[in-house]
Amino acid sequence: MTDITSTNNDQVSSASAKKAGSLRARRLTGNIVSHTFLTVMAVLWVVPVVWIIMESFNKQTGPYMSTFFPTEYTLDNYVQLFTNSSVIDFPAMFMRTLIVSICVCVIQLFFVLSVGFVMSRLRFKFRRPFMNSALILGMFPGIMAALALYFMAKAMGLTETTGGVMIALVLVYSAGSGATFYIMKGFMDTIPMSLDEAAMLDGCTRWQIFTRIILPITKPMMVYQAIVGFLVPWLDFVAARVIARTQDRYTVPVGMWQMLQREYITQWFARFAAGAVVVSIPIAILFIVMQRFYQSSMSGAVKG
Amino acid sequence: MTSTPVIDEEASPVAERKPKPALAVTLPNAFKHGDVFTKGSALIMGLGNIVRKQYLKGLLFLAVQAIFIFTLVRYGISQLAGLSELGPVTEGTQGWNENNEFVNFPPTNSVEVLLYGVAWIFIIGAFIVAWAAAIKSAFAAQMLQARKGETPDLVSDVRGLLDGRIHVSLMSLPLMGIIVFTVVPLAFMILLAFTNFDRNNTPAFNWVGFETIATVFSPEKGNSGVNLTVFLRVLAWTLTWAVFATFLNFFFGMFMAMIILRNGTRFKSMWRAVFSLSIAVPQFVSLLVISQMLQDQGIVNQLLKSWGWIETSMPFFTDAWWARATVIVVNLWIGIPYTIMQVTGILQNIPGELYEAAEIDGANWWQAYTRITLPYIFFVMTPYLITTFTGNINNFNVIFLLSNGAPFTVGESAGHTDLLITWLYKLTVDRGDYNIGAVIGIATFIVLATVSLITYRSSASYKNEEGFR
Repeated sequence: MTDITSTNNDQVSSASAKKAGSLRARRLTGNIVSHTFLTVMAVLWVVPVVWIIMESFNKQTGPYMSTFFPTEYTLDNYVQLFTNSSVIDFPAMFMRTLIVSICVCVIQLFFVLSVGFVMSRLRFKFRRPFMNSALILGMFPGIMAALALYFMAKAMGLTETTGGVMIALVLVYSAGSGATFYIMKGFMDTIPMSLDEAAMLDGCTRWQIFTRIILPITKPMMVYQAIVGFLVPWLDFVAARVIARTQDRYTVPVGMWQMLQREYITQWFARFAAGAVVVSIPIAILFIVMQRFYQSSMSGAVKG
Repeated sequence: MTSTPVIDEEASPVAERKPKPALAVTLPNAFKHGDVFTKGSALIMGLGNIVRKQYLKGLLFLAVQAIFIFTLVRYGISQLAGLSELGPVTEGTQGWNENNEFVNFPPTNSVEVLLYGVAWIFIIGAFIVAWAAAIKSAFAAQMLQARKGETPDLVSDVRGLLDGRIHVSLMSLPLMGIIVFTVVPLAFMILLAFTNFDRNNTPAFNWVGFETIATVFSPEKGNSGVNLTVFLRVLAWTLTWAVFATFLNFFFGMFMAMIILRNGTRFKSMWRAVFSLSIAVPQFVSLLVISQMLQDQGIVNQLLKSWGWIETSMPFFTDAWWARATVIVVNLWIGIPYTIMQVTGILQNIPGELYEAAEIDGANWWQAYTRITLPYIFFVMTPYLITTFTGNINNFNVIFLLSNGAPFTVGESAGHTDLLITWLYKLTVDRGDYNIGAVIGIATFIVLATVSLITYRSSASYKNEEGFR
């Protein structure tokens, strides 16, 4: 779209020198307006993030203060967060969530890639019924399945131990993820079928088509899917709250939510901020790495 | 398993003794044209395979059948029978057991009774599928032997699973996960709607038919805090919220992605990084932080007061309409970066020759935008938009962590920003009224299904999957 604007403009400007001046002016105003707009928006997006980082160094532990940024700074919140595990054991929560999220990321990526490929590339009898039922299943509130899974885990004795709760969490987050293939399928649908046909002529099996042709092209979407899968346990609140009912099994979101409850908040708000920073760092690093990967493979995807 | 036209041709009076090689491998064909071993596979699974030297496959089928029959007799029959009366023992008692020890007799754990019963229904279903597969496999082996004189060994079977039948191998695990951990739990929850499993009837509860559903949809004010008025109010807000949250996010996100991508914009990757920053912050963190910032005594109100802009705190979460606007705007902050990321990828993926062709035909940028860019984005994004819409109807986090449903009216179980899903959560996890929660869950599903099936069926990417190939 942008290409067209410029080339069109070029043609017009070569045709009439008088118009060129006004066009340049228009383009200049456009640039000014859009840059101002982006700057204002960027500030809105950055301010809460900066605020919470500053708060994590606040000497005052309570949430309500009169100045935007803290008046006194300290590292104590971080030290407390990782050493004082008597009330809310943050390091243990962090490790639990990390392990669960790695498992979920791997399983979900595998499931979604498999189902996405099959739905995009193959035609068989149960394809339509499966696609329709996946859509229908996605319309049930996730908490419904989570509630029943809690009862199932309880019947199997999984809710008795921390490890069991973690297994139950991994299952809640990843086992049904094969039904969330639609974005992946949508992306694979834009890869021309002629690539598959050429490969078939060269004697490739479908498995080889999957691993050698579709997967490399699908890298950007794999990255997207990996982010999504990894983030699930870090973002989900409701399933974790339903499954992990006692504090020593909480994941990070539930634990940090608890820090802001009435009985904790005056002591824990600054430590909550510190926790927020600590949690965001691995995710941010991962995200930046993936983002770079995402963009480079995006521009290298199949084009005509 | 559906009958194919092939059968009609085969059923001609001049029936051959040997089935033609082209015969489709279906159940009716297997019964019509199968020999004694194929038909015998219906009784002894794997028989046909073993006779035709596919030992491993045949033994597998046989093992499945043996395990199934053993567990069915040992556990299944009694557990299925338990479904008829979920909680025969409602009160725990004490007494002497057969060893003359004084012990507690607990009430029936109806949850487990119902769970096992439901599980068995699905196990039987799975067995029927395996049974059909065994007969079809035996029939296929029979036909192959008749045609080629030998049956394929395991190696070529496996090879087939990586090629023509790759959907079987790639789909089996995901499908199993979906059935066991999504379908079974949902069936269980749906059944709960027909029981009296609330905070007063636990652990033993029973079937009550449509009584619970009648409670939720009756106009009278019951003592449960749930009635038709509350339900309709929550439903109306849920739908309004979902429409605003989905489409404002999409259009603002697309708008911003295009501003970043436009030719004159400098530092493209910097802008993208800035807006991606909030994705890197876990959603629950930003929601809790923003919720803190917007409290009555929160930093935003404090600052505005100290600058002298306002006298009293802005009622972000204390006035019903303010609260509703607040959650929608905050949701934009959460959602737009995701839309930017997605739309950017799609915009860069649009084949360049589409635009070249448009240019040759003399289209201006607006025409190119409305005829190429928008249809393309919608083509790729429609499933995404529909899932976002359903996701927003079920958007627990934003509401629960931001406003927690506030403000509340005394005597009602749902607050003014409560969605159906947060209401469901409060009814079940906080109050233990699982039966009412199940009814709300089903209602949520019906709403979603109606809305999205209509939109999805009329979308371009459903009607014409190969449209942009």
